[in-house]
Amino acid sequence: MAHGDPLIEVRDLVKHFPITKGLIRAKQVGAVQAVDGVSFDIREGETLGLVGESGCGKSTTARLLTRLLDPTSGTIEFRGKDIASLSRKELKPFRRDMQMIFQDPYSSLNPRKTVGSIISEPFIIHEPSVGEKDRKCRVQELMEQVGLNPEHYNRLPHEFSGGQRQRIGVARAIALKPKLIVADEPVSALDVSIQAQILNLLRDLQRELGLTIVFIAHDLSVVRHMCDRIAVMYLGRVVELAGADELYNHPRHPYTGALLSAVPVPDPRLAKAKVRQVLTGDVPSPTNPPSACRFHTRCPKVVMGKCDVDDPALDPKEGGNLAACHFPLSDREVATQVPTAAA
Amino acid sequence: MSTISTELVEPESGLPAGEPGPVGIAARSPLQLFWRRLRKDWLALTALGIVLLIILTAIFAPVIVDLAGTAAPRTQNADLTGDFGEPLGPNAQASSPSADGTVAQAGPFGSDKLGRDVFSRTVYGSRISLLVAFIATAITVLVGVTLGLLAGYYRGWIDTLLTRVMDLMLAFPVLVLAIGIGVACSGAEGCLGGAIQPGLTVVIFVISLSTWPYMARIVRGQVLSLREKEFVEASRSLGASDRRIIFKEILPNLVAPIIVYSTVLIPQNILFEAALAFLGIGIDPSDPSWGAMISDAASIFREAWWYMTFPGIALLVTVLAFNLVGDGLQDALNPRTAK
Repeated sequence: MAHGDPLIEVRDLVKHFPITKGLIRAKQVGAVQAVDGVSFDIREGETLGLVGESGCGKSTTARLLTRLLDPTSGTIEFRGKDIASLSRKELKPFRRDMQMIFQDPYSSLNPRKTVGSIISEPFIIHEPSVGEKDRKCRVQELMEQVGLNPEHYNRLPHEFSGGQRQRIGVARAIALKPKLIVADEPVSALDVSIQAQILNLLRDLQRELGLTIVFIAHDLSVVRHMCDRIAVMYLGRVVELAGADELYNHPRHPYTGALLSAVPVPDPRLAKAKVRQVLTGDVPSPTNPPSACRFHTRCPKVVMGKCDVDDPALDPKEGGNLAACHFPLSDREVATQVPTAAA
Repeated sequence: MSTISTELVEPESGLPAGEPGPVGIAARSPLQLFWRRLRKDWLALTALGIVLLIILTAIFAPVIVDLAGTAAPRTQNADLTGDFGEPLGPNAQASSPSADGTVAQAGPFGSDKLGRDVFSRTVYGSRISLLVAFIATAITVLVGVTLGLLAGYYRGWIDTLLTRVMDLMLAFPVLVLAIGIGVACSGAEGCLGGAIQPGLTVVIFVISLSTWPYMARIVRGQVLSLREKEFVEASRSLGASDRRIIFKEILPNLVAPIIVYSTVLIPQNILFEAALAFLGIGIDPSDPSWGAMISDAASIFREAWWYMTFPGIALLVTVLAFNLVGDGLQDALNPRTAK
C-alpha cells in the first residue's frame, strides 16, 4: 500500500490528569502523567498500531486524537490545522472526519435506542437537512455494508451478539465517510472467532473508503495482522516506532524485545531455542514516573549513570526503526530472544 | 442470531392449514416485555385494579355519594348527633324525631361530631389525598430530575452547590418546617408574594420541598455513572451537543428508575398529606381529608369507633395498593433484581 502525506501530525502531546485535594478550595497535589510528550505522524491511508501494557496511555492518546479529552499541551495537526486547542464549536466540522470505534460493544451502544437511530445519529447531527426517508435508506445501506441485516433496523442492541454489536459501532463510525478512524481495542472484548471477522471487515472498509486507521490493541498478533506501522508505548511515551515487519523482525528497544519475547511460539523446538526476556516488577506509577528513560527501572540493559540521567530521543536505529534507547538491541540479541525474529 | 428476549410466537391461528405461518421468531420491544412480566404478577395486577378503583372513586365522588343517598360531605345535620352531641353509629337512627316529624338515619359509615356523613367524607377524602399526592409527586419528579441531571452531568461547582442544598434539605426537621410554613402561609394573602395560598398549595409546597432531594440524589447518581459510558463518549465524538446527550442519550436510560421511584413517592406523599392534615396544617377543617378526620376522631374514639376506622381503612388500602403496584413495576422493569 502506498501511503501519502501525513494526515495527522502529533507533536509533544501531553495529558496530565490532576490529582486534587481539599474540600472547598481544591489544590493540585500531583498529576497522573497519562501521556507525556508523544510525537508521531499518521500517514494518509495507513494503519498505525498503538501497543503497550494496560495504563501506558494508548486509550488516552486515542481520546486526545479525537478530542474527547483536552490535551494539557502539544499540537495535533489535522491536514495542517492544529485541532488541539479548538473549542467544541470550532471542532464540529472536524468531527466528521475523525470517528472512533470503541472497545466494549456492550457499553458503546445506548441500550434504549434502536439500531436505526444509533446509526442515524451522525446524519442527524451533521446533515440535519436530510429527510427521514433518505436517512433510513442510507442507514440500511450502511447496515448492509457492515454485514448486518437491514431489516433489523428497529431492533435494540441487546438483541444482537457481541460481534454484531461491534458491526453496529463500525457502521456508526463510517456513516459520514470519515478520513480517520480511531479504533480503541475494537476486538479485545470479542471471541477469537469473531475477532477475525471484525478485523477483516475493517480492512475491507479501509480499502473501499480509503480510511486511515489508528488501531489500538494489546494483542501483538492482531496488530501485526492489521498494521502497516506500529508505535510501542510505555508509561505515556512512544519508545519505538517502526514498520510492522521491521518491528517484529528486529525490535530495537529492549521493551519491545521483551514484549515480543512474551509472544507464545507454536513450535516447541523454536521456543526452546529462544531465551525469553522476562521483565520483573510492575509498571511504575504514572503519578511519579522514573527519571530520564522511563524504562530504566526494569530494563535488562540499563546502565546506571546514563539511562537514569539522560533522556533518550526517538532516533533512527539500525534497520530503520525509530527507538528511544541509548543501548538498542543488537541483531544477535534479537536472534536469541525474540521468537518473531526472522530466522 | 439474536437470542436474548426473542421468544417463540405461535403462528396466527386464523391461517389456513398447510400454509406456513409467518416467521416463528419475533422480537419484542421493551414495553411488550415489561407488560408480559407484569401480567404474570397477580398481586401487582390486583393492586393496580384497586388503584384504578380509588382513582375512579375520586373522579366520580359526587355520583357515588348521590347513588348512596348520603348527604354532601360538608352538610352538617344536628339531627344526626345524639342528645349530648355524640355522633350516630352506622345506620343508627336518631333518638328523637326531627322538626319535620321524620326520624333521621345515619349513613352506612355513621356520622361525625357535627352530624356530617362519614361515608361521603371518606369518598370525597380520596380526592384530596390523590390530588395532593399526584401534584406533589409530579413537582418532585420535575424538580428532582432536572436538578439531578444538572448536578450529575455538569459536575463541578453546580454539583457541589446542588448537593449541599440537598444535604441541607434532608437535614431539615420536615414536620417543624411544615408547621412553620403552614402557619406563616395561613394568612389570607398567602406567602412568597401570593404564590403559595393557604390550603392545598401549602401542603403540596411542603411535600415537594422535602421530597425532591431524594429524587435528585437518585437521578444524580445514575447520571454520574451513565455519563462515563462509552455510548455517551460516542455521541460526544460525533459532535452532539450537551442538550442532545442529556435528552437523547441519558434521559431515556433514567425512565425506569424514575417511574419506580415515583410509584414509591405517591403512597409516601399520601401518608405525608394525612400526617400534615392530622397536625392541622393547610387543609380547611371543613374539607374532607382522611388525615384530618382521623385527627378529629382521636378524641372520641371510645364512643365513635367508626369515625376513625373508615378513613383509616381507606388510607391503609390506598397506600398498600400503591406500594404493591410500585413493587410490581420495579420487578417488571428490572427483572434482574431478585425478589
